[in-house]
Amino acid sequence: MSEPKSPVVAQPPPSRERMQQARRRWLRTILLTGGVMGAALSGFLPLVYARTKRLRPPGALDEKDFLASCIKCGQCVQVCPVQAIKLADLVDGVAVGVPYIDAREQACDFSCDAVQCILACPTGALVYKKPAFLNVRKGAKLAAAPILKAKEKDPEPTLNLSERIGVARLTRPEACLAIQGKGFKGQVRGASFKGRMRYMEVSRWKPIGISEHPYDLAECDLCVRECPVKGAISIETVFAPNGSKRKSPVVHEPCVGCGVCEMICPVEPTCIVIDAREVWNT
Amino acid sequence: MSPILRRRFFDQIAVMFGREPKKPEAIAPEAQKIHLYKRGNRDLIAEKLHARAHAVHTHKWRKRRWATLIIVNLMFTFSFWFDIQILEGALTASRFVGFHLIDLNSALQVMLAHKHIIVNLVIGTATVFVLWLVLGGRTFCSWVCPYHLLAEGAEKIHLYLVKKKLLTDQNIDRRLRTISWIVFAALAAGTGYTVFEAISPTGILSRALIYGPGLALLWVLALLVFEVFFSRRAWCRYACPIGLTYGVVGIFSPLRIKYTLDGCFHEGDCRKVCLVPHVLDTVIKGRAVATEIPIGPDCTRCGLCVDTCPTGSLSFDVKGLSRLL
Repeated sequence: MSEPKSPVVAQPPPSRERMQQARRRWLRTILLTGGVMGAALSGFLPLVYARTKRLRPPGALDEKDFLASCIKCGQCVQVCPVQAIKLADLVDGVAVGVPYIDAREQACDFSCDAVQCILACPTGALVYKKPAFLNVRKGAKLAAAPILKAKEKDPEPTLNLSERIGVARLTRPEACLAIQGKGFKGQVRGASFKGRMRYMEVSRWKPIGISEHPYDLAECDLCVRECPVKGAISIETVFAPNGSKRKSPVVHEPCVGCGVCEMICPVEPTCIVIDAREVWNT
Repeated sequence: MSPILRRRFFDQIAVMFGREPKKPEAIAPEAQKIHLYKRGNRDLIAEKLHARAHAVHTHKWRKRRWATLIIVNLMFTFSFWFDIQILEGALTASRFVGFHLIDLNSALQVMLAHKHIIVNLVIGTATVFVLWLVLGGRTFCSWVCPYHLLAEGAEKIHLYLVKKKLLTDQNIDRRLRTISWIVFAALAAGTGYTVFEAISPTGILSRALIYGPGLALLWVLALLVFEVFFSRRAWCRYACPIGLTYGVVGIFSPLRIKYTLDGCFHEGDCRKVCLVPHVLDTVIKGRAVATEIPIGPDCTRCGLCVDTCPTGSLSFDVKGLSRLL
């Protein structure tokens, strides 16, 4: 451990005290090594238990590649006009500092038009198009470039996004207002809800609080009405299990998994959720 | 460079990787003359006492350094809070008025884990490499890293407790840092996860300052507690691979601390304040191999020794600049 004081003169054998000191130092070194490595490796625990499946920002690579390439700088957080993107905390283990979207609290409504988070990413963890060597999961690729309803009249109405980040799923049809034929009046999610969204009739560039935009609907169709992507969800007449006809929201292939439907659903808890990283199964 | 200084140059690189500093085997004749002159010289002792009595303690460099560190970190914070877009991102990767800047160690982790390097990553890494090559490598540690500032606070408490004889500093083998660098690089390449980034107090603190505090700060707190009660500056000295990465950059940096043998009284005040005292081995009586010596690459260029030296024997220096002027 400690080198001889002089390389020229031969040293007498180290004293007992010296040797004990060296031994203790060695033990301390092992202690610090163990502490640092233990802390570092404990980051794998959440991966092993897979407690939460996070919804990643648009353009995210598949989870493994995403965690490998994300440098945890939060530039995607900074450019998002509705601040949909948050950075994960310690409970996410090695994914601490990695961006995710909690769609129920604040979904991505594409009010930036250009998927700016992808543009901001310095390491290619978020991409418009995957590099050739990465595999595209079946059903993850969108059949066509999604058309933004807000930009429908523009010469270029599409969103530069080639893969979905998840798929919406009606999880609680029994509570869905549309299925029950009920309407909705008032502030969606209450007066204290912080979520924001772009309403084209209010402003194209400035998203406003959802609580500032009350509704009065004879029949609830909020998930369809506010979905930013054309043709991703619609109210259809379907057959109930007992054979009777009823109306219901139905998710279609263009769904990118942005989560606006999950955020806007006025029922508590929500009737429709995004299955993060899910692919389209026909 | 003379053969003696060249030898020292490589020795200092070995010292950075964890070897204990040794007595030099060869000393230049001019330096030998000064060493001989200083031995038992009564005039010198009188001069020393005089200098002691009249020494003016300044904190010039410390003030400048703390101001720089705080301003840089606040620039990140305010860029986000007030949307002024000067320095967007965090210390791991950012954009300075649009130009990519990427922390070298974070970039290395991502490159090893992802095994695919995009153009922006290369641009940002190259920019930061050149920046710290010019500014001195580990200058990053003491002038920018937010953990450094907290650790300086912890160090103060630690030194107070040591002075009160409530505890003793438990030093650790410095080779650990080299091993931790290799292990984290291997973990990134092997597992495909940027494992070090999850525990890097630099990244955690930088993100906490910008995006708000989180539970991850508990790990930083644990490190600080370890440093207060157990081992002085343990993370920076013995564990942090970022320091080694920037240290390697600093090998080639023209900005460093210069030691002038002539006026030095060899009292060792500089070594007491230094974060990395092994780089100041040369100030020990009889160890200096030349009359003017550049301090090695593991030096963080913090300037504490410059502030504390009563004789001005340690100073900031840009290689070749004095010759040019």
